[in-house]
Amino acid sequence: MSAALSHLRICDFTGQLAGAGATKFLAAFGAQVIRIEDPVLEGRWDVLRGAPPFKDERRGINLGGAFNNHNVEKLGITLNLRTERGRELLRRLVAVSDVVTENFSAGVLERLGFGYAQLRAIKPDVIYVSNCGFGHSGPYRDYKTWGPIVQAVSGLTFSSGLPEEPPAGWGYSYMDHTAAYYMAMAVLLALHHRARTGEGQHVDMAATEAAASLNGPALLDYTVNGRPLRRPGQPHSNRSQFPQMAPHGIYPARGEDNWLALSCRNEGEWAALGRVVGKPWATAERFATLEGRLRAEDALDTLLGAWSEELDMFESARALRAAGVPASAVQRPQQRIDEDANTAAWGLWPSVRHAEMGEVRVDGLPVHLSETDWSIRRGAPCLGQDNAFVFGEILGVGDSELAQLRADGVI
Amino acid sequence: MASAETKGTGEAPLSGLRVVELCDEKGAFAGKLLADAGADVVKVEPPAGDATRDYEPFLEDQAEKERSLWWWLYNTSKRGVTLDLAQTAGREVFRRLVARADVVVESQPPGRLAAWGIDYADLCGSNPALIWASITPFGRTGPESQEAATDLTILAGGGIAWMNGYDDHALPPVRGGGNQGYHTGCHYAAMAVLVALAHRDAGGPGQFIDVNMHAAANVTTEAGSYDWLVKRREVQRQTGRHAAYRPTMSTQVRCADGVWVNTGIAPRRPQEFQVMYDWIAELGKLEEFPEAAILEVAGQGGEVMLGRLEEDEEMQAKFAAAREAVVFIAGQLPAETFFHEGQRRGFQMGIIYAPEEVLEDGHFQARGFPVEVEHPELGRSFRYPGAPWKFGRSPWRIRRRAPLLGEHNAEVSRELGLSREEASEVNGSRGESRR
Repeated sequence: MSAALSHLRICDFTGQLAGAGATKFLAAFGAQVIRIEDPVLEGRWDVLRGAPPFKDERRGINLGGAFNNHNVEKLGITLNLRTERGRELLRRLVAVSDVVTENFSAGVLERLGFGYAQLRAIKPDVIYVSNCGFGHSGPYRDYKTWGPIVQAVSGLTFSSGLPEEPPAGWGYSYMDHTAAYYMAMAVLLALHHRARTGEGQHVDMAATEAAASLNGPALLDYTVNGRPLRRPGQPHSNRSQFPQMAPHGIYPARGEDNWLALSCRNEGEWAALGRVVGKPWATAERFATLEGRLRAEDALDTLLGAWSEELDMFESARALRAAGVPASAVQRPQQRIDEDANTAAWGLWPSVRHAEMGEVRVDGLPVHLSETDWSIRRGAPCLGQDNAFVFGEILGVGDSELAQLRADGVI
Repeated sequence: MASAETKGTGEAPLSGLRVVELCDEKGAFAGKLLADAGADVVKVEPPAGDATRDYEPFLEDQAEKERSLWWWLYNTSKRGVTLDLAQTAGREVFRRLVARADVVVESQPPGRLAAWGIDYADLCGSNPALIWASITPFGRTGPESQEAATDLTILAGGGIAWMNGYDDHALPPVRGGGNQGYHTGCHYAAMAVLVALAHRDAGGPGQFIDVNMHAAANVTTEAGSYDWLVKRREVQRQTGRHAAYRPTMSTQVRCADGVWVNTGIAPRRPQEFQVMYDWIAELGKLEEFPEAAILEVAGQGGEVMLGRLEEDEEMQAKFAAAREAVVFIAGQLPAETFFHEGQRRGFQMGIIYAPEEVLEDGHFQARGFPVEVEHPELGRSFRYPGAPWKFGRSPWRIRRRAPLLGEHNAEVSRELGLSREEASEVNGSRGESRR
């Protein structure tokens, strides 16, 4: 186990990826994350718990592949908050926790009796981080979102696409991952503030605001120069407006649905690309300057595509990189996970041991710390897997009482 | 927002934290994340200025080093000094800067700082509490560590581009705008720095952090990774929605005003079918909608179970009618109306805003997301994207616009207690004013 955050206990109501991804990161660094689930709903606060992909096609509430990926190294307990006994146990758990995290719709935890005011009454310096689509205030407080909706209303969907086509957007919930990153930062920033001042606080995180802060220089081109991105010819996100580069794009390669990405940042890299390509057009006068290449970018892209589509994408990428030109194959999952020397050497895909699924590979972390690196070995908890440890060892509930709680449907 | 109103010290979360940043385009965002959260980030540039000062777009399209909006965006709240690290004297000043720092964030090519004798290994001895984050395309060591990359090639190699694009695979995969390859690496850099800081706050030592942007993209791909890890199946890109191992229904519709909306998860419960039916009735368009009868029946029936959709024709008809209803209603209304009316009826929908439209939206404005940043030397202020979080007691804030070239040379020289002779090295050109 990592020692980095082993001094921290998190009372965790998060789910899916936008919340669970945050506490996964913290758990991988040794924080004791206690994930609370509802015994009546059988854990269905989190739709991923029993959802595909399933390893070996074995289905069940403990067998969701995505759930396992996002909840490694956490403890799992069940607690029925409709019962007074359940609420009492949660109060005891909050009292010995540093942080409470959740990504319910705005107001849900408050309605369960555990808004910030109540949490603070239990533990004055508690850190409470909520994370939802539009935040806990404002006209859209009650609007419902998930990753693609967050991306849509924040500008990120629009700016991913080709001219004269509908938005391409993001082929996954980029903002579920990224909201989780911001949520993890919020927890750690608030912890540092508490270490300095002794103060806890509520952090009200809206995934749409985190997303809107990621639009890049295009947003200032609007606020400063009055130039909107909704205009003819835009967006064209395979090209580079900011900074201007040409060539810069994704070009066809030999074989079915194979593609090569390349970019030339300066004249030296353009000249180097010309030597790799070895065609007369690559040294033609009209392409000799960035200005010229931008003026004839469609023609340049056509010529480059005709060159690249004859070649293996890995071979041409290798040749370009050897010449100093940034280039990469558009890698598919198998290529980047099973056949990529860098991710293998990094240890990016650790195997965890899950109580019912057995050994499963999961996403690791893209950072290594010299003194207190992350550790991902334990699979996600089955429903209520750690009830005995958390209620017994942490809260001091005796065996007979624990049996009674089970019998009464409290846990 | 009762709960976030409590007042405390009012200091930003990282106030008092000293950070030295030596980043190019790849890592500057990590410095911004720390600076806007309150850290005193001193950005070190070469005497001629960081290369991103020459990046488009520019204020009024005039290409000058103080007018790059790229530079403005990614360097808010920082102070700026110029140092010529190719010179011995410049490196000496850098050592003194690092000696009193809590954190260094750099995105230099692996080996460059070691060759200059100013890498982590050279400087941690005199400052064991130092946290040092290195941000590189492929990590500090190992295969590819010396190879060049851009945001585009990171997104291509890291698996993100594979998932973005169109149903028509004759069109290329799409990179996605806004520099998300760089952003993702920088998110992890900031997260890791904060982990190391928490460890230090608990009595632990400083440490070195190796951030790999290729790896960061790789683990920011949702089902792209776990469908392979768990099932050995590969997702395929689709227009404007999740890449999937088998095709799913489209989720984007074009409204009457030409603006697109993401319609979210397709309706499949009887009450949702009923709400759709009622919505069309309210618009007075039942007669124009061919599937109205199916929708009405569906409102009285059972839930559509996705698992049984393939064999059950009645379910298929209801499911398709609901989808047709969404497209039909969208065709009657401007996108703003469709979005709000849909959400009001409980549908998880989202208007597809261009970035600029986000800043004009009433919700983002009500929460104070757009913020004004003063540029005193221009006598103007400009709107910037604001806080990604609302901290109840320790507010996030852009404290100042990005630094002018060498703006804080004198100030930082004084803080380091440099002699007049030494201070001139900070300019990299013997006391000449860089303003």
